[in-house]
Amino acid sequence: MSRLTPSLRPLLLLPPPLRARAFSVLNRPPPSYPGHVPLTSIERGALAIGSAFGSLFNPYRHDLIASLGEATAKPYFITRLHRAMLQDPTGRRILRDRPRITSKNMRLEELREYPENSVGRAYAAWLDREGVTPDTRDPVRYIDDPEEAYVMQRYRETHDFTHAITGLPVIIEGELAVKAFEFANTLLPMTALSLVAYVRLKPVERERFWSVYFPWAVRNGLKAEEVVNVYWEEELETDVDVLRARLGIEVPPDLRDIRKKLRDEKRREKEAREKEQQGGSG
Amino acid sequence: MSSLSLRASKRFKATPPTFTPWVCHACRQRRTFAFTTPFNQQQPPPPQQQQQDDNPTHFGFETISSSLKASRVGAVFSSVASNYDTMNDLMSLGIHRLWKDHFVRSLNPGIRPTSGKEQEGQRILDIAGGTGDIAQRLLDHATTINGDTKTHVTISDINPAMLSEGRKRFAASPYTTADRVDFLEANAETLPTIESNSIDLYTVAFGIRNFTHKDVALREAFRVLKPGGVFACLEFTPHLNNSLLDAVYKRWSFGAIPLIGQVVAGDRESYQYLVESIERFPRQEEFRDMIKEAGFMVPGGGEGEGWEDLSAGIAAVHKGVKPV
Repeated sequence: MSRLTPSLRPLLLLPPPLRARAFSVLNRPPPSYPGHVPLTSIERGALAIGSAFGSLFNPYRHDLIASLGEATAKPYFITRLHRAMLQDPTGRRILRDRPRITSKNMRLEELREYPENSVGRAYAAWLDREGVTPDTRDPVRYIDDPEEAYVMQRYRETHDFTHAITGLPVIIEGELAVKAFEFANTLLPMTALSLVAYVRLKPVERERFWSVYFPWAVRNGLKAEEVVNVYWEEELETDVDVLRARLGIEVPPDLRDIRKKLRDEKRREKEAREKEQQGGSG
Repeated sequence: MSSLSLRASKRFKATPPTFTPWVCHACRQRRTFAFTTPFNQQQPPPPQQQQQDDNPTHFGFETISSSLKASRVGAVFSSVASNYDTMNDLMSLGIHRLWKDHFVRSLNPGIRPTSGKEQEGQRILDIAGGTGDIAQRLLDHATTINGDTKTHVTISDINPAMLSEGRKRFAASPYTTADRVDFLEANAETLPTIESNSIDLYTVAFGIRNFTHKDVALREAFRVLKPGGVFACLEFTPHLNNSLLDAVYKRWSFGAIPLIGQVVAGDRESYQYLVESIERFPRQEEFRDMIKEAGFMVPGGGEGEGWEDLSAGIAAVHKGVKPV
């Protein structure tokens, strides 16, 4: 390395207070946890911008949404969320136990066996309705503090539970509503930035979002307790309505039902029009 | 009164209260990193002597046993194959096209047909040529510039994913119908299906730094080439000549390239391996000596040293001729 930058070497041999910013792309500190990649501020900014545009143009790139979240969470937001967890007894227990939700320990077959109207059953029912399975989320890599990295990982893994207790579907409209709720609840910048995907909504959907789901999300997100403090593994047998009442979350109008009704209505109108035309021509 | 005495006692404390400012975890970690590890220790450790039965070799900055290297490299290239060409454009800002064009032009493949004499075309072997961009240029140059319609290129690669990208490129090409290109999945260290003294031109572009045993591959190249045949290698160099440009180049390599890999291809590790493998490649003088050791005669390059630097030394073209 000495023959690498002979002209910069004298600068880097300066006393430590002047060399405190020696952390650079060529000089990364050792990782704090497995998979950790320490990034400089420029790299983090570039990752944020690249992930933002990449995920806007290709919404199937979940890893870009994940890295956008990690790149924008520091300096303040993930620390605030961490502190919110530390201020709650259940949150502190979660931080001590560090439970992980993966496709292996959340088995759909077991969840379906849970009592009627329990959280586990509601989660299984939601997964079945949407046609998805609980999958292992991308590991957090770009947050330096190991405990804050765990907080981010926990938020990522419990996102599906938020979907389940609100009943919002995985289509883009539902995802936007959940993200708006999460922004009001967790204040993570990535959730607010995801709302830019609003431009992908059709006019009917936009109108619905503005009039129904966005107000619901903001109202409930601010009113509700921190969802990140819910110990989901222990709440699987709790009654869903009890949990919702405890957290202070109202159920939004069922989005899939609304869309289905509109589709059926349109189809009926179309058939009626076609019949008229046939009747007129015949 | 007691409160006053309390305040007074605070004022007259023998030692001033120590004030340690609160520092967030990330900043504290960076400061301890900067203060405690001297500059020399912060570089990646060189491959250590390990008491293992297998010969250790480098995989980027990691040290692994030689038997594992081929499969690790294989995993990297299977992962990058589908956006290989796009990523090359982004990482080198399109300059890789200039390097490859210059490489092929300086080799001047193809024999200009002279009237009367009926001659067989050149046989070219493009090693680690998976996606086929060098082979495409070789055939285009031979056909268009030298009017040679008989030159044949064999594209060889150890990785089937890269070869299938090459097959896709040549799928609708006239060269395929004219049978002037074929594909060979093989390890460059052993090419049993290629006879000795049968190849006119052996090219390897940006591949040799991934080989487990470069010297074995060089000897195999020597074997398959005809006497008078040319060995040509286009490869990155570990350091640039100008130290200021080198500092900028290194920061681009280790900062921007893995980031582009993450955003465009979703794979930071493979691109981290690629830049680390460039760092581990021998310098131009050393590589020229390796080529000489394999038996080749090395002509003087740009400065008469035996290689040609491209783009201030980011890449270099090494050539060798098998003695007649």
